[in-house]
Amino acid sequence: MQEIYWPSVFFLLFSGISCAFAVGVLLSQNIVRMAFYLVLSLAATSGLFFLAGADFVGAMQLMIYVGGTLVLLIFGVMLTSQERFIEMHTWAGDWVKAFLAGGALLFILVSAAFSVPAWQSMDRAEAEAVVASKTVTPLGMGLLGVRVDKPEEPDAARRDGMAGYLFQFEIVSVHLLVVLIGAAYLARAKRKRDLPAVQSDGSQ
Amino acid sequence: MSSCPVGAGSRDKRDDDIGSVGLKEEPQVAQFLLDFTIFGFDVCPWPWLAYTIAGFVHVVLILNLVAVSALVFIWLERKISGRIQDRLGPTRVGGKFGWLQTLADGLKLLTKEDLRPEGSDGMLFRVAPYVSFCASIAAFIAIPFAGGEYPWIAQHLNTGVFFVLAVMGLEVFGVILAGYASASKWSLFGAMREAAQVVTYEVPLGMCVVVPVLLSGSLDMVVIGDRQAGLFTNWLVFHDPFTFITFWVYFTCAMASVNRAPFDLAEAESELVAGFHTEYSGLRWSFFFMAEYGSMFAVSILASILFLGGWHGPFPITEWLGLTAENGAVLGYLGQLLGLGNVLLKGTIGVCVMIWVRWTLPRLRIDQVMAVCLKYCTPIAAAMFLGATFWHYSLPGKNFFGLLNKPAATYEVSEGWQNQASQPETEEHLAISTPLTKLGGQ
Repeated sequence: MQEIYWPSVFFLLFSGISCAFAVGVLLSQNIVRMAFYLVLSLAATSGLFFLAGADFVGAMQLMIYVGGTLVLLIFGVMLTSQERFIEMHTWAGDWVKAFLAGGALLFILVSAAFSVPAWQSMDRAEAEAVVASKTVTPLGMGLLGVRVDKPEEPDAARRDGMAGYLFQFEIVSVHLLVVLIGAAYLARAKRKRDLPAVQSDGSQ
Repeated sequence: MSSCPVGAGSRDKRDDDIGSVGLKEEPQVAQFLLDFTIFGFDVCPWPWLAYTIAGFVHVVLILNLVAVSALVFIWLERKISGRIQDRLGPTRVGGKFGWLQTLADGLKLLTKEDLRPEGSDGMLFRVAPYVSFCASIAAFIAIPFAGGEYPWIAQHLNTGVFFVLAVMGLEVFGVILAGYASASKWSLFGAMREAAQVVTYEVPLGMCVVVPVLLSGSLDMVVIGDRQAGLFTNWLVFHDPFTFITFWVYFTCAMASVNRAPFDLAEAESELVAGFHTEYSGLRWSFFFMAEYGSMFAVSILASILFLGGWHGPFPITEWLGLTAENGAVLGYLGQLLGLGNVLLKGTIGVCVMIWVRWTLPRLRIDQVMAVCLKYCTPIAAAMFLGATFWHYSLPGKNFFGLLNKPAATYEVSEGWQNQASQPETEEHLAISTPLTKLGGQ
């Protein structure tokens, strides 16, 4: 048992769960079950992040992706509660197109992942020597404009270029704000029109 | 911290030893034999077994905390509601106070038939209670029960608050799956209400939680709790008027997010039979309730750590008695035990307040629930956040509504800009090696 490298075991476990439920999403025909499998797959992915020592990204994955799928689930329930939508069938042509597009993406990602030398797996002694650092402070400082992970750059001119992600962060924030206001505008109550009489729920 | 990031053991001294000394210098088993000791005794020669045992200990402790606290809270709920309604509550099982009533109920639930409606989605119907229960329990992984140098926490996460909030938001999955899978319109109505309510209340809840994070400069709950050491004047609820209001907004939103009356629209008995758990019976039904009481306890403990000093009592009795880690392991352990008692007591008081509110106020309508959140809680929380920011900016060293000075032990400059301003412009300055060590918390 001493020879087993346990992080690898857990990596295989989490990635296996993630992939298995991703396949489950593909093969299932009930849309709510699909969303449920997607939740499990994404939750296993957050387990991978925690395993890699990225607490913040892992919690982010839980909150945004897993929590976001919640909304997907709700809409799945709301929009497909009629009989003909509950079971979804995929055409054969769609399968072919999906496999072409997905396979191409998979090929690109896999070949890219294995071609970067810095991403090659290290040997065990090297891996065990890695000390997991805390990630929240560097991330927060980076979003405020200070890159704490690039201190060793000797060139002062280039160091300015590594001044963090404040600009990008602001652009994304403003963008999200615009989307929020737009959504609130679209969903606002229309005052001019008379609302139709509310049907009682029990009469269905 | 340790070389093995999946270690289930708490982040205490032993973990550090394995990480730094263990396999790196001497890749034989012998080093592990030396390292894995408690009070000088070899606990376990195989680290994988030690990690497994440590993980099991944590799991058993957390499971039992949730389950036993659910037993106690259900009994408390009956007694308190009885007193509020001028009756006695349960009196028969287990003597005068009926303290075994919940156990009798549990036995009754065990013997009930496990029903499933014919048109239901079998797999999701069976899985839904466990989803709720798991989400409720998983929140306790990152909740500390005592702080200090060796905190009592199952997994010391750098992002504790964020993790707890993220995980507690997942409890609603079980409710929605239950509502959908039951193939009953009452269940589905309840689930949809719950979904709308929980998704809405996460916004002000998150804003309220940000305020203590801002004031203590860390997402780490151990750091947040330890910044409130000392007298009760150091508690963040008394930090300034804004945090005082934030605390009440937080408590309201927490009550709504754990689906308690007056926000219990998902199971509104007078309208929806029993809401999302209409079709459930027996043990599966009780899993929903264990999840509910578990997350009530979790949000109360979160409130106590964020605002009410956590494991620090109103008076620093542990320091007065010398029950700290500096005076030896045993005294430190006793101090931590007192801290654990503090956290559990504050959490229980929070749950009791929730019970009190439930039996006092009538249930809101769904539009009122939404209005309370979107028109009142969210703007108030946002304004309190801004107010706390300005207060903290203009009176950085003040405490207790600005009347007292913060004690030097708990007051550290935790903002990067202040730290940089106090330093000369050197090359290391941009490197922020100091903030990483100093303001990374702990």
